[in-house]
Amino acid sequence: MELKASVDYSDSPYRLDIHEGALDLLFKGWQGKQNFEDVRCKCICPPYKDNSGHIYNKNISQKDCDCLHVVDPMPVRGPDVEAYCLRCECKYEERSSVTIKVTIIIYLSILGLLLLYMVYLTLVEPILKRRLFGHSQLIQSDDDVGDHQPFANAHDVLARSRSRANVLNKVEYAQQRWKLQVQEQRKSVFDRHVVLS
Amino acid sequence: MIPVISTTEDKSYNGGGIGSSNRMMDFLEEPIPGVGTYDDFNTIDWVREKSRDRDRHREITNKSKESTWALIHSVSDAFSGWLLMLLIGLLSGSLAGLIDISAHWMTDLKEGICTGGLWFNHEHCCWNSEHVTFEDRDKCPEWNSWSQLIISTDEGAFAYIVNYFMYVLWALLFAFLAVSLVKVFAPYACGSGIPEIKTILSGFIIRGYLGKWTLIIKTITLVLAVSSGLSLGKEGPLVHVACCCGNILCHCFNKYRKNEAKRREVLSAAAAAGVSVAFGAPIGGVLFSLEEVSYYFPLKTLWRSFFAALVAAFTLRSINPFGNSRLVLFYVEFHTPWHLFELVPFILLGIFGGLWGALFIRTNIAWCRKRKTTQLGKYPVVEVLVVTAITAILAFPNEYTRMSTSELISELFNDCGLLDSSKLCDYENRFNTSKGGELPDRPAGVGVYSAMWQLALTLILKIIITIFTFGMKIPSGLFIPSMAVGAIAGRLLGVGMEQLAYYHHDWAIFNSWCSQGADCITPGLYAMVGAAACLGGVTRMTVSLVVIMFELTGGLEYIVPLMAAAMTSKWVADALGREGIYDAHIRLNGYPFLEAKEEFAHKTLAMDVMKPRRNDPLLTVLTQDSMTVEDVESIISETTYSGFPVVVSRESQRLVGFVLRRDLIISIENARKKQDGVVSTSVIYFTEHSPPMPPYTPPTLKLRNILDLSPFTVTDLTPMEIVVDIFRKLGLRQCLVTHNGRLLGIITKKDVLKHIAQMANQDPDSILFN
Repeated sequence: MELKASVDYSDSPYRLDIHEGALDLLFKGWQGKQNFEDVRCKCICPPYKDNSGHIYNKNISQKDCDCLHVVDPMPVRGPDVEAYCLRCECKYEERSSVTIKVTIIIYLSILGLLLLYMVYLTLVEPILKRRLFGHSQLIQSDDDVGDHQPFANAHDVLARSRSRANVLNKVEYAQQRWKLQVQEQRKSVFDRHVVLS
Repeated sequence: MIPVISTTEDKSYNGGGIGSSNRMMDFLEEPIPGVGTYDDFNTIDWVREKSRDRDRHREITNKSKESTWALIHSVSDAFSGWLLMLLIGLLSGSLAGLIDISAHWMTDLKEGICTGGLWFNHEHCCWNSEHVTFEDRDKCPEWNSWSQLIISTDEGAFAYIVNYFMYVLWALLFAFLAVSLVKVFAPYACGSGIPEIKTILSGFIIRGYLGKWTLIIKTITLVLAVSSGLSLGKEGPLVHVACCCGNILCHCFNKYRKNEAKRREVLSAAAAAGVSVAFGAPIGGVLFSLEEVSYYFPLKTLWRSFFAALVAAFTLRSINPFGNSRLVLFYVEFHTPWHLFELVPFILLGIFGGLWGALFIRTNIAWCRKRKTTQLGKYPVVEVLVVTAITAILAFPNEYTRMSTSELISELFNDCGLLDSSKLCDYENRFNTSKGGELPDRPAGVGVYSAMWQLALTLILKIIITIFTFGMKIPSGLFIPSMAVGAIAGRLLGVGMEQLAYYHHDWAIFNSWCSQGADCITPGLYAMVGAAACLGGVTRMTVSLVVIMFELTGGLEYIVPLMAAAMTSKWVADALGREGIYDAHIRLNGYPFLEAKEEFAHKTLAMDVMKPRRNDPLLTVLTQDSMTVEDVESIISETTYSGFPVVVSRESQRLVGFVLRRDLIISIENARKKQDGVVSTSVIYFTEHSPPMPPYTPPTLKLRNILDLSPFTVTDLTPMEIVVDIFRKLGLRQCLVTHNGRLLGIITKKDVLKHIAQMANQDPDSILFN
């Protein structure tokens, strides 16, 4: 793995460059081993005498979360330690990275499914229907030339499927009824501006 | 605004009404499915719904004495309300947790990605890193900005341009996805949702507004909209999401599914749960539901709303989206006291909040009206993309507009200590001793001055861009942008006061209470007060605002400044414009919402408002036993009235009752199909027994069970004040007007609304849905 040392962190394993490629990035990010610790004690120490300010992190239990346990290479000696530690502020923090991971995965999968369904409804379905129904559809669609909305043919399918009664057609019937409802909603919101300015 | 419906008024239907227990006698009178439901965009009949619920409850209680099974049924019926509240709280809390975590991640996605764990946002990415320094707490090697990924460097002009470009690109992508999803799947998911929910809770029906597709799309697109960097918040849409959860869960319980009035009680509680998870403020949520959203709020709902709000807040806390078991980002921990003199700047902030509120409402309504009436409304997708592009392009250069608005607010609320290293806390530390937490007032360093300039620019940008953002066709709320505007103004004023007190501590106004070396002024408190003032100026909230603010910040000692600012801002804003933003949107859309807070001060009488007017044809009535099916059907097809009074005969015009159009249509259709012999010349009768008919006539049709035998009547000389009061308190749809005991006319809710609009010199034709 080549590292381009243009910023400080030249020795860190997380620096990637363009040669690595997207797949490598995803693989490394997916493993994310280093970041899985969910508990930390964070001590913030302001500048004191000659030392600059520093932040210390340690995976330690709540009762041990104080300056003496966490500040590991103590920058000051002897009597100064107490003065230094008085200025430091230590906080115990917890998080659940599993919750975050699961939530993001759930959200992205629902978003992905919706996007796929949207692409199917707006692009794929009209093409399929045109191929299946051929000429009759073309004649009917002359009536609603101005209607480019995705659910334009819901009415005819609804009329046709009313006679049959098996499961697949029930699903199709429900879907067509839903499409009609959405079309009505779209008319009142976007076209007539009656609801929701 | 809380007229408590008196439960001693028993207006139940007598003798054969809907849901009556006298049905055992006539097996033909079982309820037809569809009778008693309402059409879309119609108002419910509160009185009828309440009496149906009382009948149902009475039936269950009476039956419970018969068998153990019936007893269990009655106990579970009583419990079902609490179980429903629990489920609503759980679902709302989980959805709010999902929205929060996803929004945090996606907002940071515009700036970079975490190679130490793709699902972490910036803060969590650097959580465990050992390379974080005191001065630069944001940088760590695990977090790579886009320029680092694409051109492997973060310095230089080209890297800045790459970052800029990626930021705008991601913002546009998110906004485009949001508006497309809304347009294709659920057009009702756009906007804030609170004006429509207010209307629904007052008795209006909008089918699909609280449905499952609206819920899914609103949740998903809310995250996208917030992440795209637009100037909007997620509190209003969270109320909509919670009400959708409430509506969907109502379908599991028979008691709430069939009764529209009971369902609205559940929706009030769900709205409280929504605000509770948005802010982490359960009590504030209940008060918000009481003050702003609900129309009728019986005391029983108060306790249940509180329960739902608590369960929701608890669920959100256990998901723990922010770490540290905090619910909202704005938790402040300072407790420095404030001084009496500081009330002057607080009141100034209140005046600013009121002015901004009035300005925002006027300009936003004007822009929304343009959207409704001109060509602008025909291109919703383009509009969203243009506004997003402008927002993103103007927001990137200034670090305070680049960060998400919630982060900005929490940074402004923060009091500066020694441990803070942000630009806003760049004070010169000239003191000798270290006092730990309490730092004296210090002179501002270079960082503070540049932060002030940037904040002033942020203020101007946010004021202008929010006007165009609120009301677009994506889910948008305005609590957070208003609070941001107020917080920036407050912080600017606070830092100004602080520096004034430091450099001129010998002035008379500071001398008495602010000595040199003491910590007098807390700019974070000014930011809090400013945020409360601006939010109050826009929404005109009173008690709920103060309670939400002190629950948000945990600062109980700051109630007096918050109240002073909230009151001042409400008075100033009320002097400039009568309505809050939600009422203004209700009026813009023409929803039939009868405002419960205002007095009707004119001296008109019922006969000035009733229909038919002097030159109109006579009132369309049905007679109780002399009309045929054909006559009734022709009346139904020729007119569009939603109901007809039934009189004894056309000569006497003595009132028998009132029947609804929808029930008539359904009953006649059902009778034609199911009852044999009913033809067009069959006589319809509403009396208890069939009228005497000559032989060889087709069988008669009894429709007494759909007749409301106790319609409300007023005399024609009743003052309109009383009529409006009756409509408000009882939730009527229509009221019949009599003269000397004979039926004269009818007043409907829309007539009342048009009359009020006319009296206030507004356009009565703007009341839609006729």
